[in-house]
Formats: sequence, C-alpha cells, structure tokens
Amino acid sequence: MDTVTRRRFLLTSGVVGAGALAAGAGAYSLRDLLDTSGDRDPQSRTLVLVTLYGGNDGLNTVIPYGDPAYRAARPELAYPDGEVRRLDDDFGLNPALAGLHQRWSGGGLAIVRGVGYPKPDRSHFRSMDIWHTAQPDRPGNTGWLGRWLDRAGGDPRLAVSFEPALPPLLAGAQSAGAAVPVTDRKAAKGLPAATLTAFAAAEAGESAARGRAAACFADLRSVDEMIRQVRDSADPDTADPDGEQAPATATGGARTPLDAQLDLVAQCVEAGVSTRVFSVSLGGFDTHADEKQLQAVLLGQLDRALTGFADRMSRTEAGRKVVVAVYSEFGRRVRANASDGTDHGTASDVLLLGAGVRGGWHGAPPSLTDLDDGDLKYTTDFRDVYATLLDRVLDTDPGPVLADWRGRVDKLF
Amino acid sequence: MAHLLRRATFGPTADEVDAAERAGPAATLDRLLTPPATDRGAAATPVPALPPDPYAGLTKDSTREQRQQANAERRKQLQQVTEWWLDRMVAAQDGLTEKLLFFWHGHWATSAQKVKSARLMVGQLETLRRHGRGPLGPLVAAMVRDPALIVWLDGQKNTRKAPNENLARELMELFTLGIGAYSEADVKAGARALTGWVVDRRTGTVRFETKRHDPGEKSILGQSARFDAEAYAGLLAAQPAAATFVAGRLWFRYASTETPAPDGLAGADTIATVRALFSAPAFAQTRGTLVKQPVEWLVGALRQLGVRPSALPEQQRKQLLAGLNALDQVPLRPPSVGGWPAGSAWLTTSSLQARLRTAGVLAAATAPGVLARLTAAPTAGRPDALARLLVVDGWGARTRAALTPLAGEPRKLLAAGLVSPEYTVS
Repeated sequence: MDTVTRRRFLLTSGVVGAGALAAGAGAYSLRDLLDTSGDRDPQSRTLVLVTLYGGNDGLNTVIPYGDPAYRAARPELAYPDGEVRRLDDDFGLNPALAGLHQRWSGGGLAIVRGVGYPKPDRSHFRSMDIWHTAQPDRPGNTGWLGRWLDRAGGDPRLAVSFEPALPPLLAGAQSAGAAVPVTDRKAAKGLPAATLTAFAAAEAGESAARGRAAACFADLRSVDEMIRQVRDSADPDTADPDGEQAPATATGGARTPLDAQLDLVAQCVEAGVSTRVFSVSLGGFDTHADEKQLQAVLLGQLDRALTGFADRMSRTEAGRKVVVAVYSEFGRRVRANASDGTDHGTASDVLLLGAGVRGGWHGAPPSLTDLDDGDLKYTTDFRDVYATLLDRVLDTDPGPVLADWRGRVDKLF
Repeated sequence: MAHLLRRATFGPTADEVDAAERAGPAATLDRLLTPPATDRGAAATPVPALPPDPYAGLTKDSTREQRQQANAERRKQLQQVTEWWLDRMVAAQDGLTEKLLFFWHGHWATSAQKVKSARLMVGQLETLRRHGRGPLGPLVAAMVRDPALIVWLDGQKNTRKAPNENLARELMELFTLGIGAYSEADVKAGARALTGWVVDRRTGTVRFETKRHDPGEKSILGQSARFDAEAYAGLLAAQPAAATFVAGRLWFRYASTETPAPDGLAGADTIATVRALFSAPAFAQTRGTLVKQPVEWLVGALRQLGVRPSALPEQQRKQLLAGLNALDQVPLRPPSVGGWPAGSAWLTTSSLQARLRTAGVLAAATAPGVLARLTAAPTAGRPDALARLLVVDGWGARTRAALTPLAGEPRKLLAAGLVSPEYTVS
C-alpha cells in the first residue's frame, strides 16, 4: 500500500477537497460566508478534539497500580502506589494530572478504556492516519470530521484547527476545515483588500493545487473576520522555534502551546462563532527513552491547559455546551525497554470532559497479561467513540461518516 | 525548460532560464547534473567553523548559570548554522546539489530540537552531501553511524540487554523500504543489529562498544546472519524495494505529490535516478501542480530578487526566519521523523498570512537593480515583466486582474506576485 501515508494523505486530502472547493468558489461569496457568522443554534454543542501526537503511554496516564503485572512489566518506569492519584482500588492517574483528578472526584471526567482498532499498526504515521480517517483497513484520503463537514455544508469555519498545517482529520472530499494561526494577529497588511479578493476567484482549467491556493484567499477573509472579533489584544509573539520543552522525537503536533490554542477556542466559544469542531494538539509523546520525567512534563501541560479551559467553559452558557475529547494514536508497549522508555504499542484510553459527559469508567480495562505480541488487546473500537461524538455532540447520523458503523459507547452522555 | 529549472533548483533567475534556452534541453540537463569544477557561490559561503559543543564542558557539578550559558551558546550556534545554510542555498551556483541536500535532510528528517548540537547537525549535512549524489549503500551505511541520527532516534540507548526499536523501525519505514515492506519481527531483529553504537558528545563522534552489541544471529527480511549495523544497512540498501522507495520519494518532492512515480526511475545512484525522473514524459505533465515548500518558496524568491540573506540587516534576517517559522518549515527542525508535509497541507489560511507578511519583507529588501528591471517596463507591461522576473510561465485572468491595479506600485506588485497561486504552486 502507499508509502509514508501521512504525507501522501495530507496532500491528497487537501487537493481533493480543494478541487471541489475551488470549483464551487463562484457560488461561495465572502459576503455569504460572513453573514453566517454567529448564526448558530444556541442549543448546539461544540466538540474540542485534543490530539496527543507521538503515542502517549496510556499505562502511565491511567495507571493500573493495583495490578502486580503493571509493576512487573516496567519496574523502573512504574509509579509506586503512594504516588499515583487514586481513582479507585485498582487505578490511579499520573501524579502530574492533579486537575483532572479533582475533576474526576466531582464526576466531571469520563475515561473510556482500552480504545483501539483491529490489527494494530505500530507506525506513528499509519496509526495516526487510521485515527484521522477512521478507516483502519485502508486509510483513505478524507478525515472523519472532514466527512462530517462535507455533510454540514462545507463552510471552513465550522471546523477550525489552531495548527499551521491542516490536520488530515479535517479534510473532507468536497471541503476542508480552516487552519488558523494562534500568534498571527495582523491580517494581510501591505496588500490592498481588493487584491486579496481578486486572488480568491477561481480560474478555469487550473490545477487543483492552484485552485486551493486561490481558495485560501477566500477562506482567509472569512475566517479572519470571525477570529479578529474575539482575539485577545495582548497576545505576545512567542514564536521561539527552539521551544526546548519537547526533547522526545517530536512526532507532529502543533508547536503552539496547548493552553494558547485552548485560550483561543475559549474566546471563540464565548463569542458565539459558528464553529462546531475545534482541533488542537500537543506533540512530543514519543518517549522511547527516559520517559517518566518527560511524560510527566507533557501531562502537566495537558492537565493545566485542560482544567483551565474546562473551568473557564463552566462559567458561560455557551461554554457549558462544549465537549472535550483527548486521544493519542496508540499507547505504548506494556514492558519497558532498557532506556527507561517504551516502544510503540496499541490500545489506550480516551478522556472526555464537558457538557453532559457522564463521568467515571466506560468500557473494560484491557488485561496486562493476556497480550497480543506484548501489547494490550483493545476492548472498545475507536469508531464507537467517534460515532457517539457525532451522534451526541454534532447531532449527526454517524452512518454516512463512519461507513455505517453501528457501535456506540453506551451511557457516555 | 523553465519547468525543469524550477523543479531541479531552488528558483532559477530569468538569466538562468535564458542561458538554458540557448543551450537546449539535453545540454541543460547535463549541466544541471554535473557539478561545476568551482562553485564561487559555495566557496563564498563556507561551512562555519564551530567551537566545541558548549555542553561538552559541563559536568555533574556545573552550576545552573553554567548550564544556562551553555544552552544560550548552543542556541546561538544553531541559529548561526541555520542562517548559514539559507545563505548557501541562495548563493550556490550548483543549485541542483543544494536542493538535493535539502531533499535528503527532509528524508532523514533529524531535528536540532532533540539533537541540540550545531556540530552534529552540520556533520549530518556533510554526510548527506558526501553521499547524496551516489548509490544508496554508502549513504545508508554512513547514516546508521551518523551521530545526529543516533541521538535523534535513541540509538545510543539501544543495547543488547534491551533493544530500543526506534531507529530500526524508522530506518525501514521512512528511510529505505517504506511501510509494508517489512514485518514487526524485522524491526525487532533490526534493532538488535544496530546495538552497540554510542555517541561521544565531547568529540561529536560515534564509537562502537562491543559489550553493548548483540552479536547473535538475526533473521531480517528472510535472511539469517550475525548482522551488525553495516551489514544491516547493506541488506536494506540492496533491497529492490529501497531503490524504488527512494525514487518514489524523489518523485514526490520534485515532480508530483499526486501522480504516482512512473516505473523504472530507480538508477544505480541518486543522480541517475534524478536524471531518469527529469527525463520521464510524465514529469513534463506535472507543470503547475506542485506546491512549493516554504523553504523552496523563500530561497527561490531571494535568488530571483537578488537578495543575499547575509547582506541584510539583522532585523530583516530575523523577519525572514520568523516567516519560515510561521510557515512551519525551519531548516534543521523538521516537525517529526516523518519530515515535512507536502502539497496542499502548505496551503492554509494560516500559511497564507505568513506568506503575505514574508512577501512584504522580501519586496522591501529587493535589490534596486532588480526593481529597476520591473520599472523599466511601461506600466501596462509590468505584470508580464513580473512573470519574467519570477520565472512564472504566465498569469491567468484571475491573477492578472489582481496584479494590474498594482502596476504603479512596484514593491506591492512584487509582493502580490510572490503570493499568487501561479508562483506558490510551480
């Protein structure tokens, strides 16, 4: 099958979406776009999807401390009983997850256990493709939320990513979500608005990529109008390419701090923009070596960003309609390697919080001893989670988006 | 001819296209593929001499201040090397070799973010330069012992007692064979073959520690032997799948991210493969479809506008690097071991904003002599003069309509040309 699918995928998905977008650009005027801003059903919910790139070690996130097999498999890497943040007699959270632990106690954190897919693939890129496309047999070139966007009308402002490159999950067949920069605040200074508008026109007979380049000018105008109204005016330009905070083999993920991304999501939600899906990410979880400290740093960032965001969301009507879901492309091997790290693994947990989410455990924990070639056997198919989110958060029939997938996570909402 | 030069190098100037037209296609391809005996541009931009790794002097007893100072020094060195490389890309006459080096850098995607050493990064570039035009065997053999790659993929943590699979997996998945051409058992056995190599940060070299190496028999890709790193590299490079995979990656970056590579591109060495690629009938049909990577876009513009980054004031140099950062492609800092994305992943609302800003900086820095060529044309002819300057085959009606009102403001006209779909997608 395809080589280096992620890159090919990024590419084809965008191109396919772009062709269609460019073809329809004539009927898609800027004014039409702007007019729909704020035009949203106040009852509708918003999904914030948090992708942890690199393969977060699930067994040191939600820790099965009560299982002797946990400590036996990774003596150096295991957290002692006294350090875990206890959830019950068998499981606890990583010590870095103080805020989420508090949220759990209040019934505001749901943990879906052992989420994975059949015939696990241990390549970051292939596995991430599978999570992005929701097509484990053969990842195609549309993302699951891109396919939702196609059906939701295709306005790029409905699905926004605060990453510089568009994540594949937001690429549809006829449309694509918008990638909005966090630190870029000045709109197109220097060139007159009329020039930008002129560039947005479609050109007959031009390549799909050039059509996409032109469509960006149209998207820029509409997205920019929307974001400008809500942007914090005191956002310093912190673009330090060195950002030494992620020493692991970075495996994708936005370089903008997660809290800055979520801050912008919060502002958008509070301003009542039309966006229904936000994609944010944190990278650096590829902890093949010296994992414990590194993962704790990253989980600490995640914890602070998530709980700060959730607290803020709980304070407004619009915020109380937001659901956050956190996942990674795979967990890591049960057994540690000799570098005090873990190699690529399989099933892991999905964390959810927010509007109507029923806190507590969902699904069955995978066994630490009945393994598939050293890896956990998944107990919940990831499409069950997606289908439930489509159904309960985005009010969409999951069938057409997920190839008629029937499974759901019961009682998640 | 312009199509060939646009793809083979970082961005030809109008004069270079004229010279190629006069020489004809066959001679132009030969000249591109044969490095000049002397390259004045490269000679004028020598690799910076770097002092020892500031971290090497630290011990367990070093103070916090000493560590911070070493950190700052290290960052400065990396900045210096990044700026040097951009300057080299702009200055070099042998544009094909420079672009090929950037290809290999993205292929063996290693980031300074984890390697944290300008010397190791420069060392890796030199290895890629030394072997980048030749056959795969010596390249792969050198790379499995490249200090920067070993640090990047945890090779120094890979020991007989407990192998670390990171390097072995990416070596097969991303660097040589491609996904699906090996099994999980091959990854495990490959990791054992690579054991024993450690990096000495003090000297910036690798050494082999027999005690850490697993000398036992391994079965990799159906062959059993006491593979070590070199033998494993040799086995991989000799697989027909490797030559095909690498040819496909070259096609992906030089020709098309959409149309699959035609069969039979793989040659005995990389230059032969590149020759086959540019000679393939399918290559000619990819005109106007390949999205320029940000570095390609920036370096090409700098060459065409007559701007040498090293000659700019510091403020503007910083703005250019900030532009690359906002576009998400800073040399020596690929986002992951999978390298940079391609195609329309670069065409987002976010990247457009960054491109608009950077185009403004470029237009402001444009050499007066180059600007004069544009203003020498009558106002109505300036969009065409711009197309010649930027080596674009011509503007469509949409872009012409966007450019025409700016004809009286040459720097704005330049900036608009640089962000146009025709220029962004070559």
